[in-house]
Amino acid sequence: MVVREMNLKDYLVEKVLLLSALVSIIVIGLIFIFLTREGIPTIWEVSFTNFWGSTWQAQSLEPKYGVLPLLSASFLVTVGAIVLALPVSIAFAIYLSELADPRMRNILKPLMELLTGIPSVVYGLLALTAVADLTHTVFRTTFRLNALNAAIILAVMIIPTISSISEDALRAIPLEFRKAALALGATEWQAVSKVTVPAAFPGIAVAIMLGVGRALGETMAVLMAAGNAPILTFDILSAVQTMTATIAIEMGEVPFGTVHYHALFAIGILLFIITFIINLIAEIAMQRMRRYYR
Amino acid sequence: MKRPLERIVVALVKSSAIIVIGIVVVVFAYVIAKGYQVITLDFLTQPPRQGMTEGGIYPAIMGSVYLMILTVVFNLPLGVLSSIYLSEYAGTKNIRIVRAVRIATRMLAGVPSIVYGLLGLTLFVLFLNLGFSVLSSSLTLSLLTLPTIIATSEEALRSVPNTYREAALALGATRWQTVRLAVLPYALPGIMTASILGLSRAAGETAPIMITGVAYYLPRLPRSFLDQFMALPYHIFAMSTQSPNPTLTRPITFGTVIVLLLLVLVMNGFAIYVRYKFYRVKRE
Repeated sequence: MVVREMNLKDYLVEKVLLLSALVSIIVIGLIFIFLTREGIPTIWEVSFTNFWGSTWQAQSLEPKYGVLPLLSASFLVTVGAIVLALPVSIAFAIYLSELADPRMRNILKPLMELLTGIPSVVYGLLALTAVADLTHTVFRTTFRLNALNAAIILAVMIIPTISSISEDALRAIPLEFRKAALALGATEWQAVSKVTVPAAFPGIAVAIMLGVGRALGETMAVLMAAGNAPILTFDILSAVQTMTATIAIEMGEVPFGTVHYHALFAIGILLFIITFIINLIAEIAMQRMRRYYR
Repeated sequence: MKRPLERIVVALVKSSAIIVIGIVVVVFAYVIAKGYQVITLDFLTQPPRQGMTEGGIYPAIMGSVYLMILTVVFNLPLGVLSSIYLSEYAGTKNIRIVRAVRIATRMLAGVPSIVYGLLGLTLFVLFLNLGFSVLSSSLTLSLLTLPTIIATSEEALRSVPNTYREAALALGATRWQTVRLAVLPYALPGIMTASILGLSRAAGETAPIMITGVAYYLPRLPRSFLDQFMALPYHIFAMSTQSPNPTLTRPITFGTVIVLLLLVLVMNGFAIYVRYKFYRVKRE
């Protein structure tokens, strides 16, 4: 490179830019610091057995801060959502990348992007009205709002996420793979299902992980759909209260600096750690894959 | 030679497209059918009345507009500067920093919105003592939308052909001049997309503003940046879960949804349009 005379302005500009580039790292640090600051007192304010207990009754005279019902609720609705969303998302991704003609693709992809743009509170309202009416009539549920409700609406919300990332994974598989299978006498579908899809499997797994992350972190839709009763159960037709919903509802009512307030932050830390780990695994898997295909 | 089983499987795969289109149609048809009758000029220009069972949603519309504008004012400069460094300056040196920033940005995109709310509550509302205010909420949302802005504008910068940079450098321009005069103008549509996506995210988020400053009922506009405010998404939540009379308010709730969806989807549609057009140009 040509050595150019050091320009002070250019030097300053570069430093300012570098500083703003670091903002993402700084924000992660801030989340970590401020959540810990408020959540850490829970360690000595709430006993270990109370915190990992099976009852969440923060408002009672003898308050119980057991997070297990909240954790199980988050996982129940997430698993439900993934089970419902997976077949549709994978099929849709295969359709988009392998079967659809370009004109159809050009309509469906923007449509899917539009779906991701719908605010979660709107999905929540639909869960509260349309979906609840439907599940109530079909399953004759005791709770009008329940985990199934939340799972259905979450599935609708994560279908675009999972299918668009899976589609990218499928399209990243070189066409030669499919052609080789066809040359060996496989039918179109055999080539797709036996060669392209298995080859794209790691990418599809990443898509599912990101879907799980989204579902675990979703607040409004779940808050409005799931009934909000902190019950430790794996019954999909029961009302449940997720970690996110607990924070959102109770943070508005709790006086600052109390045990309850700190416990809500402890849940926030738990939520942050869980989603962070899931996303980090997805990220690492994605980078590995990229190196592999290169 | 097609096998019958294979035909069925292929038909099932294709039916997924019908399901997705069906979801879109049902969502919009349901919302419009339930809410269209309340949409009048008065609905858009009047405050709520009678414990929110009558009247309009004017303060909520304006609250959301304030929130969007403030959010973009905070995050657009920061996000764009960050993406300029990542795409134009980092080059081959500092590869570690760039990789760390990229990972951090993607991790931030995966942080649940309620966690941003907790950060906003402790950092802006309490620690910086900004109180429950439109300022606290928009600062929170500007952190939340930062990953979107950075990723979208970096995408835009990367799509600028290298010949532009080389031509500018060959004419003796410094690095910053190259960026300012040759790269940024070309990337402008993409950066606009970034800001629009940021705006629409800010308009739709509920959980973070719920704990940093939104008001259940405030029939006037915020008097200053430190005042509380109403916002469309929270209004939908409040009306559907805490209304004194849910049957009376239901049409108003769905009417609010129509307004919010219009606001968000017009912006997103525009952003998607710009993006597709932008890429077609790049591919040719």
